[in-house]
Parts: sequence; C-alpha cells; structure tokens
Amino acid sequence: MKRETLLNAAILLLLLALPLWASVADEPFLITLTTRAVILAIAGIGLNFALGFGGLVSLGHAAFFGLGGYAMGILAFHAQNYTPMMEWPLLIEGTKSMPVIWLVAIVTGALAALVIGALSLRTAGVYFIMITLAFGQMFYYFAISWPAYGGEDGLSIYVRNSFPGLNTMDPIQFFAVCYAVLLIVLFGTWRAARSPFGLMLGAARQNPDRVQAVGQVPYRLYLTAFTISGAITGLAGALFADLNRFVSPSMLSWQTSGEIMVFVILGGVGRVFGPVAGAALFILLEHTLGGLSEFWHIYLGAILLGVVLFAKGGLYGLIAGREVAHD
Amino acid sequence: MTDPVLDVRGISKSFGGLKASDAIDLDLRPGEIHALIGPNGAGKSTLIAQIAGGLAPDSGAVHFAGRDVTALSTAARARLGLARTFQISMLAMEYTVLQNAMLGALGHRGGVFRFVRSVMRDHDLVARAEAALEQVGLQDFRAFRTAELSHGQRRQLEVAVALTLDPKAFVMDEPMAGLGAEGSQQLVGVLDRLRQQAPILLVEHDMDAVFALADRISVLVYGRIIASGTVEDIRNDPEVRRAYLGEEA
Amino acid sequence: MSSLLLIEQALNGLQFGVMLFLIAAGLTLIFGVMGLINLAHGSLYMVGAFAAAGVSALTGSFLLALVASLAAAAMAGVVIEMTVIRRLYDRDHLDQVLATFALILIFSEGTRYLFGSFPLFLDKPEWLSGTVTLPLGIEYSLYRLTLIGVGLALAAGLFWMIARTRVGIRIRAGENDREMIGALGVNISRLYTLVFALGAALAGFAGALVGAIQSVQIGMGEPVLILAFVVIVIGGIGSIKGAFIGAILVGLTDTLGRFLLPQLFALFMNPSEATSVGSSLASMSIYLLMAGVLLFRPKGLFGEA
Repeated sequence: MKRETLLNAAILLLLLALPLWASVADEPFLITLTTRAVILAIAGIGLNFALGFGGLVSLGHAAFFGLGGYAMGILAFHAQNYTPMMEWPLLIEGTKSMPVIWLVAIVTGALAALVIGALSLRTAGVYFIMITLAFGQMFYYFAISWPAYGGEDGLSIYVRNSFPGLNTMDPIQFFAVCYAVLLIVLFGTWRAARSPFGLMLGAARQNPDRVQAVGQVPYRLYLTAFTISGAITGLAGALFADLNRFVSPSMLSWQTSGEIMVFVILGGVGRVFGPVAGAALFILLEHTLGGLSEFWHIYLGAILLGVVLFAKGGLYGLIAGREVAHD
Repeated sequence: MTDPVLDVRGISKSFGGLKASDAIDLDLRPGEIHALIGPNGAGKSTLIAQIAGGLAPDSGAVHFAGRDVTALSTAARARLGLARTFQISMLAMEYTVLQNAMLGALGHRGGVFRFVRSVMRDHDLVARAEAALEQVGLQDFRAFRTAELSHGQRRQLEVAVALTLDPKAFVMDEPMAGLGAEGSQQLVGVLDRLRQQAPILLVEHDMDAVFALADRISVLVYGRIIASGTVEDIRNDPEVRRAYLGEEA
Repeated sequence: MSSLLLIEQALNGLQFGVMLFLIAAGLTLIFGVMGLINLAHGSLYMVGAFAAAGVSALTGSFLLALVASLAAAAMAGVVIEMTVIRRLYDRDHLDQVLATFALILIFSEGTRYLFGSFPLFLDKPEWLSGTVTLPLGIEYSLYRLTLIGVGLALAAGLFWMIARTRVGIRIRAGENDREMIGALGVNISRLYTLVFALGAALAGFAGALVGAIQSVQIGMGEPVLILAFVVIVIGGIGSIKGAFIGAILVGLTDTLGRFLLPQLFALFMNPSEATSVGSSLASMSIYLLMAGVLLFRPKGLFGEA
C-alpha cells in the first residue's frame, strides 16, 4: 500500500515536472509527448473502470474514444466554417469552447456505451469480447463511409479549441488543461472505487452469484460501469483530437481499442493509477523503441507477451506487489 | 400452528426425461430448523435453485413471506429476506472479511448507486456488518482477506453475510461440507442460536449435525419427498432406512 | 437486367460467405475444443496470403501457391501453439486477448519486415480467369464460382470429419468434457496442436484464395477476423453449423446491403445523397444484424441456450 502510494505520487510528479522542465528548456516536442501520455492515461482510466473494476473485457473502447474525437471535430468544424450543425427542428451551432465540447463528448461516449453495453451485456465472456470488438468496428466503417465529415481522410481543425482565460495553442497551457482533467478524473475514479457502487461492482466482478444473493442485479452494475467507462474514454477522445487538431477513423479502429487495453495491462489492471503508469510507459516505449527501429511493434508485442505470460499485474504488480489493495 | 414463512407447493421440474423434482411440498415455520436430506443426485440442488431463484419450476409455486415468489429473480427474493448460503463458498475472495459482510448489509439496505462517499465510512453499514461477524465469531478476522481464511471460517462468513440481509428465512446448502469435527461443532452452535432469529431450511449431508439441529426432517429421493417428520420419525421410518440411511451406512 | 445483377450479387455474397466460413470454422473449433479466443487468427489468414503470393511470384504456379499457403499457415499455427497459445488455455479471456493481440503485432510487423509495406499481388491462374455462363444467361466469374465450390466442398469435408472420423469424435469429446478425453488416454496436447493447425490451415487457405481477388497486404486479416467474430456471435459459439449459417447470412447481408440500400434510398432521395446514406448504412448492416440476433437469441442461432 505504502509503495503503491509512493509510486502514484512519483508518476504524477514526473508527468508534471517533465513538461515544466521542457518548457524552460524550450523543448515543445517533449511537452506534446507528455500531453499525449496524459490524455491516453485518461482513456486508459476509462477502460479500467469497466475492465479492472467490473471485469468487462471490452475490445470496443475505440468507439467511445473516436466518438469523443468526432464530437470535438464536428463541433469545431461547424464553428470554423460558420455553418450550423442542424437547422431543424432546432438550430444547433458548432462551438470552439472546450468545456462545451467536453460535455458533448462525455454525453456521446456515455450514450454509445449505454446502448452497446445494454446489448453486449446480455452475454458474457468471449461473446462480450467479440461483440464489443464488432460494434467498435461498426463505428469505424461508418466513419469511413460517411462523407459529410471527411470520410476516410478525417477532419482537420485549424486552431485548437479555446478554454476561458488560457491560450491553448501554447503547449504548456494546453498541457496544464489536460493534466488538470487527469487529476479530476483520477480523483473521481479513486472515490468511486471506494464508494458503495465500487464495492458492489468489485463483488460482481469476483462473483456475480454473490451479488444476486444479497439482492442486487449484476447487469445493472455492469451497465453503469460500462457507461461511466464510455463517458471517460469519450472525454479523452475529445482531448486527443484537440491535441492533434485532427480526427480520423483511425481513432475508431480496433488497433486503438487494443492499445488502450495495453496501457491498462502495462500499468496494472484494477489499480486506479495503473493506466497512468501504463500510458506513460507506452509513450516511453514508443519513443525509445520507435527511435531504435522502424519495426518497434515487434518489440512491443514481445514485451506485451512477456507481461501477460510472466508478469501479470503489470508495472504496479512488479513494484507494489501483486495484490490489489481494497481499502 | 403459525403460518409457514416459506411454502413450497407441488413443485415439479424435469430435465429431458429425468424428473429432478416431482410434486414436492415443503414448508418452513417460524423458529424451526427443517432439514432436507437425501442421497447424492436426489435433486436437492435443483430444489434449492427453485426455492432461492435461478431455476423456474415446470409447475407448482413457491410462497415466501405471504407472497408468490415463483416468478421473481434471485435478487428480488433476497431483497424480500430470503437469505441463501452456498455449497461452494460464493464469497468475494479478494475482499476482506468485513467487506464481504458489508456487501450483504449494503445489498439489503440499497443505495448501491452512490459514487462519492467511501462505503467504509458508512458507520451504520459497518456496524451491521460487524454485528453479523460477531454473531458467527469472526470479529477478530475482520481485516483478513477472505482468501486467507480457512475453509470453516469461510463457511461462517457465508452465514454472516446471510445474517446481514436481516432475513426472514435462511436456505443453507450444505454448510457443514468439508468441515472437520471441530468446525462442524462450532457451526452447529451458531445455527442452533440462529433459528430464533429466522427459521432455517438446512440441506445437509452431515447426519450428526442434522440430528442435533433439526426440528423436522424431510427426505428427498429421486426428486420425491419420501418421508417427513421429527427426528425420531425419520430414524424409525423403514422406507428411509432402506432407501437412504442403509446406503449411507 | 436488374434481377440478373441481383443474382450476380447474391453469388458474390455466397462467395464471401463461404470464405468467411473457412475462417470462422477454425475460430469456433479452437474455442469449442480449447476454450481459447484467438485474435491472431487473422494473422494466420495473412500468413497464408503472403506465402501464396511469394511462392506464386517465384514459381508462377497457383497450385503450388495454394499448397504453400496451407503449409505456411499450418506451420505458423503449430509454432505459436507450441510456444505461446499452449500457455493460455488455463488463463482467463483477458490474458488470451492480450497475448494474441501481441501476436498480431509481431506477425504484422514481422511480415512488413520480410515483405515491405507495399501490397503484393497474387494473380489468379489463367485456367480460372474469365467468366462462365450460368443458367438464365448469367455471366459469372469462373474464379469466384470456383471459390464457392471449393468453400462448400471444404465445409462438407469438415462436417464429415467431425461427424465421422476418429479425430472428429475426439474433437466433439473435447468440446463436451476436457478432462474426460484425458481420462480416455487421448494425448490432449497433440489433439490441441492438431486442431489449432487445422484452424490455421483453413484460415491461411482462405487468405490465399481471397488474396487472388483482393490485394495481399499487412493488416488484411483483422477486418476479416472481426467479421468472423460477427459470424460466430450470430451462429453461436462452438457450433460449426452455426458458423456456416452465420457466414452465409453475413456474406449475403453485407454484399446485398451494399448493392440494394443505395438503390432503395434513391427512390426518395437525390442520387448522391442516396449513395452516401445507403453505403454508410450498408457498412453497418451486418452489425445491426448481429444486434438483432443478440436481442432475441443472446447465445446465437445455434448456441446452447
């Protein structure tokens, strides 16, 4: 427990110190890299809510990530072209305001997760994995074949969206926004993990029959967790698209789902801070291995294989012990 | 005679050609321990599943606390106060003993969909969970992880979780299974005191425990209740001796 | 004319369906017997296609290319079964997903290392190009017709193998009770390797056959893998019959949806809008089909309830 807390603090500090130093040293690329890690960490926290806390092995989280991205892309696209999104039955305009975009991304992610979850949670196990993967792919193909928002080419945004009182085009200021969102999401997840809901959800993961025997319905717990998970991942998607000022179907692809899952596993499943460590580690690997070899995915695959076969529990499992603390 | 808390009326269930439950009548009255015994494959688990929920009978009805619960889910029956313990321990193994007891208290009280306040700071729930642990003698193990408990302690914890549901009746599926002599004796003591709180339908193989505890015994063989009565009645019933006790000995 | 076109599209759908069956059959067998979800099954499809393209470029023989696809995919299957997959049978689904995802990364990147990033082309042989005239005067591609025939023959062979042969009996026994066949003295680990290699060979073979009408490229396996998942969800997991019906359904729905939906919308929309709405909806059609099946039969059409 003690070591885990230390590790949490160390990772958070590192993620903060690195871009601050880079800002002083005038290394904007490093800031962007850290911002990427921070945003991917949020996506991982989203997946971890379903996967780690609820035991729901979803291979379709790219759908929520991508929908969040498109929520940003579409709203900003209409705002920058001065065309309304919808004129009838009511007039909806685009927007460049980050808080509004975030809200839309969260709601979109939650709604999509609610619908997909309601269908796929009628099954369990392997079915659930295959179905979430398939629904994710559905959104991918839809985005490719729907020409209004760029189809295969995606959507570019000229200027990053705005946050009141900040210049978001300044890398360090945008980093600060993302870091603050990460802290809020972390705090919320940490509380939820200890809440009545978190307790019952964890029991549903370990033993659904037990949950029924105490008068609760596992399906409702799973669906709620899946919806929250989709909302968080959607928010991360909006930030990710804003970072790149670009959204494309690749955000919706199954590889994205796989990568988000890799963050969670590299860090440690079921730990609140696991995905943060995992995303940071992933970016580090991508950067260092990617610099060494064009074919760095082979090494990533080998590392992942090693973690799965021999080091279950990920980074946190190695450093803080295998057992997940529960109080 | 008081009304039964649990009343099983003419339940039948077939799997293919096999009649797992054949027109079973069974009731449970306040203050009693009613033991259900029978050889392996007699259909005890099938019957329990129909009483506690999870398996729908082909015909017949289950009445509990004055209402027909035949169509209700396991969870709904549990909320009405039908507390079940399992043959295999159905506990959240990663959780502490206290957390497992909290599950029962929380499930019973409701308000599960709260996301902010720490559940372990809910003093009312903690108090209820601790009281249940104390009743089964697990109070000193509250901070242990359930996976670290001995088999017997897990059995006690199962009972404690059932207790937190503030039950109107218990359905216990072989609580003594796998317990040593000492463990059985301890659990017999716990159950003996429990019957005043709520009656127990006790499915059990351990005949010493059954004879020590039961007010009434029903014998299930091949999906049918072949005899029902007091301990003395059952001991002396020739059909039971032939069909069941003879085999066991 | 339009009804002839419709029949041609239906044949295309059937062709797509039987190829999907070859992939789904292996997946569902592997799941049924070993309880393993294998994401890398699409990689074996890719391995088959690349092996065929490579051998065809060297020798110019399509038949040798097909043999190579079978051999390469089966061999790759045996190698990963013995090194990685075997360790996963007793693990939970999450571990299986992750490890086989890692295998995808390794396979895709390894293939890119060997063959480069550019798509390869596998030409269909001279003796299978051109068209044949079917009854009603339908002109149809001889190669596609051959695919339908080969696919149906393989499906029949698979059914026969599972129903009649000793290996088939062991496979069915393994699906019902894993410990049981161990107790009967069957060498389980050899049976598992065999089943895995069989599934791999089917996938690789399909990769080569389809590779001749589409390009052979990195990442070609995963979209097909996901379609095969849809097939299995619709048909019911572990059921070969379900995989067959599901595959035909998915093949027809996808192909006919792409053909008919734009025309349907053109009835009440302007043509360019109809094309875009119709084709985006068509791209979702099989997933909607899957959602419909899930609503009414969560365990699939032929799954155990």
